[in-house]
Amino acid sequence: MLSKQIIGSEKTGRFALLDSIVRHGVIHIFGYPGGAILPIYDELYAWEELSLIKNILVRHEQGASHAADAYSRSTGKVGVCFATSGPGATNLVSGIATAHIDSVPILAITGQVGRPFIGTDAFQEVDIFGITLPIVKHSYVVRDPRDMSRIVAEAFYICKHGRPGPVLIDVPKDVGLEKFNYFSVEPGQVKIPGCRPLSNLKSRQILMAAKMIQQSSQPLLYIGGGAIISDAHSIIKELVDLYKIPVTTTLMGKGIFNEDSEFCLGMLGMHGTAYANFAVSECDLLIALGARFDDRVTGKLDEFACNAQVIHVDIDPAEVGKNRIPQVAIVGDVTEVVTSLLNLLKNNFKPYPEQIISWQERIHRWRQQYPLLVPKKSTSISPQEILVTTNQLAQDAYFTTDVGQHQMWSAQFLKVKSKHWISSAGLGTMGYGLPAAIGAQVAHPNELVICVSGDSSFQMNMQELGTIAQYKLPIKIVIINNRWQGMVRQWQQAFYGERYSHSRMTEGAPNFQKLAEAFGIKAFTVNNRQNMESSLKDAMKYPGPVLLDCQVTENENCYPMVAPGKSNAQMIGIAKPQRGTASNYVSRNI
Amino acid sequence: MKHTLSVLVQDEAGVLSRISGLFARRGFNIASLAVGPAEQIGVSRITMVVQGDNRTIEQLTKQLYKLVNILNVQDVTNIPSVERELMLIKIQVNSQNRIEALEIVKIFRANVVDIAEDLIIVEVTGDPGKIVAIEQLLTKFGIIEIARTGKISLVRTSKINTEYLKDKVVAYNA
Repeated sequence: MLSKQIIGSEKTGRFALLDSIVRHGVIHIFGYPGGAILPIYDELYAWEELSLIKNILVRHEQGASHAADAYSRSTGKVGVCFATSGPGATNLVSGIATAHIDSVPILAITGQVGRPFIGTDAFQEVDIFGITLPIVKHSYVVRDPRDMSRIVAEAFYICKHGRPGPVLIDVPKDVGLEKFNYFSVEPGQVKIPGCRPLSNLKSRQILMAAKMIQQSSQPLLYIGGGAIISDAHSIIKELVDLYKIPVTTTLMGKGIFNEDSEFCLGMLGMHGTAYANFAVSECDLLIALGARFDDRVTGKLDEFACNAQVIHVDIDPAEVGKNRIPQVAIVGDVTEVVTSLLNLLKNNFKPYPEQIISWQERIHRWRQQYPLLVPKKSTSISPQEILVTTNQLAQDAYFTTDVGQHQMWSAQFLKVKSKHWISSAGLGTMGYGLPAAIGAQVAHPNELVICVSGDSSFQMNMQELGTIAQYKLPIKIVIINNRWQGMVRQWQQAFYGERYSHSRMTEGAPNFQKLAEAFGIKAFTVNNRQNMESSLKDAMKYPGPVLLDCQVTENENCYPMVAPGKSNAQMIGIAKPQRGTASNYVSRNI
Repeated sequence: MKHTLSVLVQDEAGVLSRISGLFARRGFNIASLAVGPAEQIGVSRITMVVQGDNRTIEQLTKQLYKLVNILNVQDVTNIPSVERELMLIKIQVNSQNRIEALEIVKIFRANVVDIAEDLIIVEVTGDPGKIVAIEQLLTKFGIIEIARTGKISLVRTSKINTEYLKDKVVAYNA
């Protein structure tokens, strides 16, 4: 059924679809059946009987798209999700957009009404091909089952080629049922003229970059998600070990470099660490690896790294020079570029120029002066305390987050490994975290997966508790419950005259413990310092899924913060703790 | 400044939607667009005229290349090339001024393709300058309708810039 290439055999379109995706090494899909995709789910029944593939039944198609996305982020493989036509397909849209802006290779397969009904406004018909055009890397409608295998092979290739991204395949119902003479297409057998081979590295540009690094006295590495996709952590470590260049990462690049290292400055940008933002404002050379100068990173663009020359390495030519014109532009894979850069440096330049020592000392002083603060109040627990404690108990865990304050605090306080940080960065999709944890746990059944969520974000996809219960996925859910849409409240407090328009979530809030228990999931409510650590410890040790409703200080704000339109050096909330009140804070260096 | 891009695309469903969507979403301004089959089966050539500075056009080109159906993008603005456009123009005439109108049509080597009591349709091909010129001259008769194909262009293999040569000849004669 699978191992040998099929050359001319009477098969159906749906057989061709499953045969082709299995040939590409897919063992898990996330999906939800429905009218137009019923033939495919019927075929799936047979394939699951043979244990060739497994469908994880989600409770809402959005969950399927996020789970496939996290599956991909945590493994590097293509994540696959299935949905039916019409509302099933439109429910994937947020997930596809999330994957698109964060460059995640997912394959979305949607059912469609039969070919004779297309364009007739048939039941559950929607033009999902048209709807998703701006948020996919590429998309197909399979109009002839003979094209199925080629289209699937192309889709996998396009997903991963160059800068990854989502691909959608829309399959009309009758295409799945039609019989034809099937020839299977093997992975890599396709040739797509529009997917150009990546440009050869230009030795001149590498040489220029090497010279700039050698001449720089205040260099800074600014690393984004491209480096994670490229698995560049070991080569970046080698570069930093040799040349002692401090590293700051974006939200997408988090985990690429040992976050306990003295050279790691943590995240930069709107909620980045003060020392990372000062370093970026003062550096004389900014080496951007797989990062795209996003507005949340740069703040006021004109004042971003305004004293620095820029080396920009990215696999997508369109990102180079889009927001900031670099002095040296290198289009290519981060690992490849850094490897050849390092070879050149090692052979021709002496490592560790002396001037860098004073740069390190300056950064060290900023780190001492403006550390990240963990508020400690006698009356309530702070969100930061919970995250720090969680991280101490689970150092190698996969962390997924939702969006908002808890996400920024997680980015600041959690120390993670490469590909262990799974968060919706570009789109900021609330409701991402819980289904993402499902995807990560399915991909890594024996690893610890922790979903850090907020009370509001959690409610956006809390139906997925059903999926977690069904598959007994041992996910640990930590809800930072401040009874607000915390980040919205913080903005309303700071920029909208404390008019809290529709951000309070107290009324109508569920009892999260009882909610989880209704799904048969173990749950604790954490509301004081005494039971915080013990509950967290119990949760981490428990073999099944656990939900922790952590009731925290309601009005805690996420600092530092760069106000929109301001430069990164103008952060608010970085004042040093006063000597007298120091007991209320514990400083924590990343 | 106006740039002319010559773009080769795979002739697949949705390719024009992808291109027009890209223009709309990223805020590029398109002045004209002409599509038709190119020399190879399954490949179309799109000639588009786009408003923007060099950096805008560079970014547009890179974005176009990200579309999987796009095979080649060439900015032919500063490359010697043949540029042509076809216009059909319907104008109002009467017995007094018809002769004058036909005179203009003749000078521009245009053709009258339909004639009625008080209306004529003129077909004119040429570079965009010529099209603008005849349109201006015909304005006084009263323009009823205009249809234009948009500019198409091919790079001159001879690499000879005839516009440049014309200027030289004029300068020499003067």
